[in-house]
Amino acid sequence: MTALVALFRRELALTWGRGGGPLLAVGFFVAAALMFPLAIGAAPQRLQAVAGGVTWVALALASLLSLEPLFERDFDTGALEILSLGPLSLEVIAAAKCAAQWLATGAPLALAAPVVAVSLGATVATGALVGLAATIGGIAFAFLGGTGAALALAGRRGGVLIALIVLPLLTPPVIFGGAAIANFAAGLPWAGGMILLSAYALATVALTPFAMAGACRNALS
Amino acid sequence: MMISTLANPHKFMAFSRWATPVLGILGAALIGGGLWLGLAAPPDYQQGETVRIMFVHVPAAWVSMLAYACLGGASFVSLVFRHALADAAAKAVAPIGATFTGMALVTGSLWGRPMWGAWWVWGDARLVSVLVLLLLFLGYMALRASIDDEAKAARAAEILALAGLINLPVVKFSVNWWNTLHQGESIMRTGGPTLAPVYLTPLLLVGAGYSLSFGALWLMRTRGEVWRRRAASLTLQAALT
Repeated sequence: MTALVALFRRELALTWGRGGGPLLAVGFFVAAALMFPLAIGAAPQRLQAVAGGVTWVALALASLLSLEPLFERDFDTGALEILSLGPLSLEVIAAAKCAAQWLATGAPLALAAPVVAVSLGATVATGALVGLAATIGGIAFAFLGGTGAALALAGRRGGVLIALIVLPLLTPPVIFGGAAIANFAAGLPWAGGMILLSAYALATVALTPFAMAGACRNALS
Repeated sequence: MMISTLANPHKFMAFSRWATPVLGILGAALIGGGLWLGLAAPPDYQQGETVRIMFVHVPAAWVSMLAYACLGGASFVSLVFRHALADAAAKAVAPIGATFTGMALVTGSLWGRPMWGAWWVWGDARLVSVLVLLLLFLGYMALRASIDDEAKAARAAEILALAGLINLPVVKFSVNWWNTLHQGESIMRTGGPTLAPVYLTPLLLVGAGYSLSFGALWLMRTRGEVWRRRAASLTLQAALT
């Protein structure tokens, strides 16, 4: 247990402190969301109609941004190999890494999400729901993103490859969260989408650590 | 029984040597016959002549799903039993699956223009899920291509294929959940098919023909992959002696 706590603190410190951490993700998120009104026009009613969805998409993209160093940094320095020899299994190590990634980038993004949604014209209540969806969906984004990052370890493409691998896997959570947000904004029942999003997030937490550990073992072999 | 026999590479090569042309010829004959019947069928009272696009579109969508199931199955066998032939088969099936998926998208889009008035309808979940399927194939191929070490590429690609396979039912589920303007399923329904036999017969014939041609292409590409690996190890051997 102490080993797990120590590992989690290490991962959190690395994700938070190195390479921009939450600032990079939030900065990209705000910049990407800013592009939408610039591209589709500033008319309030048009923006208001897409505010929730645009924020949701920008969130999904921003969560892909800082995935590359998640495993690669430790792989390059040899730390991953040392960790794999320690008391913790690679499955637990991978899960701890993704949890730290979620706390360091997903949670700050979830805090920034309502602000961006409201600035685009969403109601405060919709903004709050976007924040909730970002909190839950961020878990799925972090764990699926981690899977892509671990798979790309053995390759030599990094970032773009991770995005190509991960984006198709992200479609169900994007659909579920987007449907919940759109239904809420339209005054329709929205809980179903949120429940499905939560279920999907929990399933990724349960399953992806095995995929990540397999991918790490493969890269280390 | 047949699978375990074919797991032997020599037996597989001997079997696929004659099975590939047989499947190919049978498949081409079925597609030809099905399309002939399809073109001879009367125009639909609602869709008019465009109903004929269905005969090339729907089977392509079926085979694209079948191809991903084959990719997942081969990857599973390769991951669990570490079987080299299964990995060659998984590698071989990906581009074929991507092609059938692309065909389903293009023909669906050509059908959508007169029927829906748009080349592409984002509100339709099935269209989107087939696009996701195409992206899964492309991601698989990109991951394989980016890793030089063949053993590592195989293992990483297997994990990705299985992750995609687990995701596919969720994508399929989103079709039902996202109740949209696409045609409901009319072949596999409780209470029997609703399609008139004059359309159903050519559809099933072309579907069978597509499946057999898919099998022939898959065998052919797997053979090619086996030959490529043999050539690679032979050149290595030659360099060592």
